[in-house]
Amino acid sequence: MRASDLLKSRPEGLYCPPGDFFIDPVRPVERALITHGHSDHARSGHSSVLATQETLDIMGLRYGEDFAGTTQAATLGETVDINGVAVTFHPAGHVLGSAQICVEHKGMRIVASGDYKRQKDATCLPFEPIRCDVFITEATFGLPVFRHPPDHEEIARVLKSAAQFPERSHLIGAYALGKAQRVMRLLRDAGYDRPIYIHGALAKLSEYYQSQGIELGRLEPGTVESGAKADFAGAIVVGPPSAFADRWARRFPDPISCFASGWMRIRQRAKQGGVELPLIISDHADWDELIVTIKETGAAEIWVTHGREEALVRWCELEGIAARPLHLVGYEDEGD
Amino acid sequence: MQPFIAGLAHAMNRFAELLDRLVLTPSRNGKLTLLTDYFHSVEDPDRGLALAAITGDLMIAAVKPAMLRALVVERMDPVLFGYSYDYVGDLAETVSLVWPQPQGHIPNHVPTLAEVVGKLQAASRSDGPKVLARLLDDASISARFAIIKLVTGGLRIGVSARLAKQALADLGKVDVAEIEELWHGLAPPYTELFAWLEGRAEKPRSAALALFRPVMLSNAVDGGDLEKLEPADYAAEWKWDGIRVQAACEGGVRRLYSRTGDDVSGAFPDLAAAMNFEAALDGELLIGDPREATGTFSDLQQRLNRKSVSPKIQQQYPAFMRCYDALQIDGEDLRPLPFAERRKHLEAFVETLDPSRFDLSPLVAFADWQTLERLRQAPPHPIIEGVMLKRWDSPYLAGRPKGPWFKWKRDPHTVDTVLMYAQRGHGKRSSFYSDYTFGVWAGPEGAEELVPVGKAYFGFTDEELREIDKYVRDNTIERFGPVRSVRADRRNGLVLEVAFEGLNRSTRHKSGVAMRFPRISRLRWDKPAAEADRIETLQALLDR
Repeated sequence: MRASDLLKSRPEGLYCPPGDFFIDPVRPVERALITHGHSDHARSGHSSVLATQETLDIMGLRYGEDFAGTTQAATLGETVDINGVAVTFHPAGHVLGSAQICVEHKGMRIVASGDYKRQKDATCLPFEPIRCDVFITEATFGLPVFRHPPDHEEIARVLKSAAQFPERSHLIGAYALGKAQRVMRLLRDAGYDRPIYIHGALAKLSEYYQSQGIELGRLEPGTVESGAKADFAGAIVVGPPSAFADRWARRFPDPISCFASGWMRIRQRAKQGGVELPLIISDHADWDELIVTIKETGAAEIWVTHGREEALVRWCELEGIAARPLHLVGYEDEGD
Repeated sequence: MQPFIAGLAHAMNRFAELLDRLVLTPSRNGKLTLLTDYFHSVEDPDRGLALAAITGDLMIAAVKPAMLRALVVERMDPVLFGYSYDYVGDLAETVSLVWPQPQGHIPNHVPTLAEVVGKLQAASRSDGPKVLARLLDDASISARFAIIKLVTGGLRIGVSARLAKQALADLGKVDVAEIEELWHGLAPPYTELFAWLEGRAEKPRSAALALFRPVMLSNAVDGGDLEKLEPADYAAEWKWDGIRVQAACEGGVRRLYSRTGDDVSGAFPDLAAAMNFEAALDGELLIGDPREATGTFSDLQQRLNRKSVSPKIQQQYPAFMRCYDALQIDGEDLRPLPFAERRKHLEAFVETLDPSRFDLSPLVAFADWQTLERLRQAPPHPIIEGVMLKRWDSPYLAGRPKGPWFKWKRDPHTVDTVLMYAQRGHGKRSSFYSDYTFGVWAGPEGAEELVPVGKAYFGFTDEELREIDKYVRDNTIERFGPVRSVRADRRNGLVLEVAFEGLNRSTRHKSGVAMRFPRISRLRWDKPAAEADRIETLQALLDR
């Protein structure tokens, strides 16, 4: 069987004709398999959804319990048969509940990795490389300039800055699902034991992470009721990046704006966004992780999606691996 | 919190980290804290070399961008490099990020800044690129960036030599004037300077000649100040709007210093050539021939911020010095003498100098403050920006003592403009739209449009900031990153009265004018946008 008969790009998303299902469709469909809970991958309104229990829980928290007609939890490593197609979910290391989806039919095996990373992350299971014929990789950071440093070094920079500027507060912009909780956990692992103040938009998801046994320590709402301006001196506050341009941020004394994202690797990106302390912490694979992963899957063919496809395709050509961009529409990098 | 940061304490990486932070820290106080912390926690000679790199006193043979690019494409696919460079846009940054570490190469030693600088300085012209490549192989990404910045010249981190000296002053809790006075007798890595600042040694004594003497500065006249002062106690002079310089010549060494002690002789070789005396004089650098005519600020601009000055420019815009104080003559320190005495010495001394390059700043006679007020408001030359008052009996004191010297500036110009764009501020102001671009009307009647004429981010109260911020948020028509475009047409718009000190011609601005020292002087909520000023109002000021 040809790979393109097993999975193909359609306006709704990646479609499997023999199994009659979509992976991460961007429009409501009959049957959807979902890799993880970021809103560009996990949309509401499908008739039936197959995803990990954590991803289903997260979708429920974000869209309400009636986000789909029916749901089915996928257990990692267990194969499910869908119209004769063998489907297995494997951890992707992106955010809590994130999975790669392995699709196998008549001797052809394709792994749709969704978003993934290889750096260690205490808030989710690590990525497992799966041998396959075709590997579908993301390319959010698919340029040789993106090299993410170890995350604990980045967190050490915040803590050092907090010691240098004890009269100011540090506002860390981090996306609400995954990055925010990872940042909090990294702070704890670095020994930071003061309360972390959080924006309201993070409350539900952070609580959910904690209910799943991921220790985040004491979190307090970053509200005026929690204290006057002076009480936030020296505080570390985590919130969605958009909140820091907002009036909300005014309650904090002379804040130093920090942003946890792989994009912070590029100085101009930090400068344009008015970020004083960029933290290069990403939930996506960097260039080195992308190419290591491609090699580990042993795939003879690589399909490259959302991001900078051209550089990764070029690298594959130089390595003698067949590669092509897979033009999927509608993914816009919520996770970084 | 010490234990968390242990991993960052590698020598070269500390310097790289400092550069990374400084370039993104907008506030002066923030920069000072970062610098003093660095000087405090990093050992000799690294900190002194870092200081020299920041003040521009570190000599390293430059590597050309083309060479850097050649080094990297020897090591990676040129197509991938091309994609990378196109994306990042900055060569030093791109190379620092994509530089491939040799296979299996794990550096077992993080070099110190001193080792890096030592290797670069020792490298010959021909093996320079090879030495650089080996250093890059061993360095972390941000250290690579710092190394490339060192060899390509110009750190561009938004820190002036003056600010670095202020950080040293903060470190040692001494006055910055003391650092400035010492500076030109010192050399990297400034070990004896740090020893003194940390109280481990005596203040370094310099044997160098023609040192900078920290300048005396004035205070602005505030309302009510003059009533308490006796006119007869003060001399008055015109306040020249050139650049403050100090000409110091001693034992054949000639230096022309800026007011902060930077040696600017290189930019004014014509003036330096005429400095054939033994003295230190304080005065204003201006353009023209003092016996005939004094140039305007636009003329002066032709000579500023140039790396080299062509003979043609020197001839067209000759520099001269209008002297107003004598700090030392023939080895005698005159600074303790009263101004009246120094002035006598100065008058006699300037007589002996090349009259095409030096003249005396004339005194302005006045009987009472009213007379002086009239003179101040109507000065006889466009490059005069007010009057200076100097107490006859005052010695020459470094810094800005309150009382002996006053500046009494001409009232600023004002113009009514319309707010066009607003940008978010930093730090305390990061949630406020606090930097404003404003414009005036141009074009024929019935088809007027706004042309931006300047940008200002102060002059308003916190309460007014809140009001403008709300206005910006309520009247946004477009957003570009941190910038909002604000509704501004004949019928809608916020009129800002802007005060400024002067106007220059500018080829870089669409409007053709650039304001000096613009600030918001009043919010004109009451004024309809259509009644704001027109560009011709500003052009008339230029032509005066």
